[in-house]
Order: sequence, then structure tokens, then C-alpha cells
Amino acid sequence: MNPSPELLRRLLRAKDRMDAHPDQDWPVERLAEVSAVSPAHFARAFKQAFGLPPHRYLLTRRIERAAALLRDTDAAIIDIALQTGWTSIGTFGRIFRDITGDSPGECRRRAREATDARSAIPECLVRSAERPDLKTAVLEKRRQAEAAKLAPPTTEVS
Amino acid sequence: MSQGIEVIGVYVRDQDEAVAFYVDKLGFRVQADVRNGDYRWLTVQHPEQPTVQLGLFKPGPPVHDAATAAALDSLIAKGAMPPLVLKVSDCQATYDALSAKGVEFIQAPIRRYGQVDAGFRDPSGNGWKMIERPHKETP
Repeated sequence: MNPSPELLRRLLRAKDRMDAHPDQDWPVERLAEVSAVSPAHFARAFKQAFGLPPHRYLLTRRIERAAALLRDTDAAIIDIALQTGWTSIGTFGRIFRDITGDSPGECRRRAREATDARSAIPECLVRSAERPDLKTAVLEKRRQAEAAKLAPPTTEVS
Repeated sequence: MSQGIEVIGVYVRDQDEAVAFYVDKLGFRVQADVRNGDYRWLTVQHPEQPTVQLGLFKPGPPVHDAATAAALDSLIAKGAMPPLVLKVSDCQATYDALSAKGVEFIQAPIRRYGQVDAGFRDPSGNGWKMIERPHKETP
């Protein structure tokens, strides 16, 4: 059964909280409390409503924010990692690369080279437009990339 | 101005709740509130912008069949409706005033590139950005 609009509105509130503070820890229990549902119900309903599990949604927000900080500030990468909720720069770098295809350093260089023709769009909306589209789990994405590398070249059969 | 946009609508889950929010909390004024059977044409306007009306419409018959209305109700509640932007002269002051009235802010004011923006939702889930543009220096 589809979640009721009342429940969806409360799930949106949990999503909004992650948007506002992606650097914080958001265990399912905490999110469930915001939505006033049980933790087990929350995880299932959130995924049904927004198409991805809550922790993966949080990941997209952290990467989005990290990318913005890399682009817009001169902060050290370690500081950006800490500001966006990671406790290890190694994990941050690896996951950032898995998701965006670039290391944080490459992302910064690339962003600086790109010309800026976006000022007509409100900044907050630009950011959500640049949010990574994380349809699959990060590990799955990594597996697929490796499989693609290892797959033998296909030949066209005429 | 003799031509231009007159009404832009948003969908809401409950028109009484919506009018209470837009009028009592945001300070808009009711421009039209007309009923025709179950249908209610309800628009509000910003006190400083009398040429534009914001329609507060509830999905449902006779405009929508039950399945379409249910789909719209879900989308509204998920915050999937298009972005809305309110221009304010002092984002922080407006944020303080609206917060005190119980408006659900989803983003506190942030200053970036000379402008200040914040975000809130109406009770239905429609997301508003509130933007204070950079003040032009007077020569």
C-alpha cells in the first residue's frame, strides 16, 4: 500500500532535516522520531517515498556539499571531509571518487576551470541540481565499474 | 502594465489550512475566495505585489479524477512541486519573524555571493526559498 500523504509529509520532514544538517549523524532511530514512526517502518517507507534508502540519500547530500565547498572555498580537503560528516579522509576520498568519478582534488580543479554561466539560477537550486544521482549502492557502483574494466571486448556479429 | 502573469497556482492539501498559513503567518491577503459546489477558487496576493495572485488549489473533482488527485496529494506531501521564491529585503529579520510565528524553516539564512537565502515549507509541503538580493550601493 502506498504511504498516506500525511505520512509522506512527515517523511519529507526527516529528509529536510538531513538536508539542513548532512554533517550530523542520522541513525534510522533519529530520523524515525522526526517522522513519528517506528524505525523499521521508517526505512521502508522512506525508500518507497523517495526511491533510495535514507543513508544513501544522506550520502548524496554530503557529496553535494563537499563538491560545493571544493568549488567555492579554498578549505583544505581534510577540513571539507570533517565538515561534511566524514571522520576519515581516506574514506571520504574513496567514496567521493566512487560517486563522482573524480577525486576531491580533481573535482576542485575541474570546477575552477569551468566557466560560470549559472548565476541566473538561485544558488540553492543549482546545488540540488548537481546532487549526485545515486540509484545504486556505492559498493554496487564500484563492482560494476570493475566488471566493466574486466569484461572482454565485445565483437559485433554481422 | 497591461499584460503579464496574473495568477500562478500551487496545490495544497487543505485550503483552510493554506489560507491560514499564507495570510496569518506570511502576511498575504485573500484576493478571491469563490465557491462553486465543491470547487473553491482561492487566491492570495503579496501585500506589496497586488498585480500577481497566488492560487491555493486543492486537487480533486471536478478538475481531477480520484487517482490523479491521490497522485498529486502524494507529490505535494513529498515536496516534489516546483520551487517557489519569495524576494525579501531582510532575510534574517523575516526569518526571525516567521520562525516566531511557527513557520517550518528547512534552512536557516545563509549568506553566499552577497545574497542571503533561507528556506521554508508551507503546511502542505511546498518549498519556498526566501532570497535577499545584494543591496546595490548608491553612488
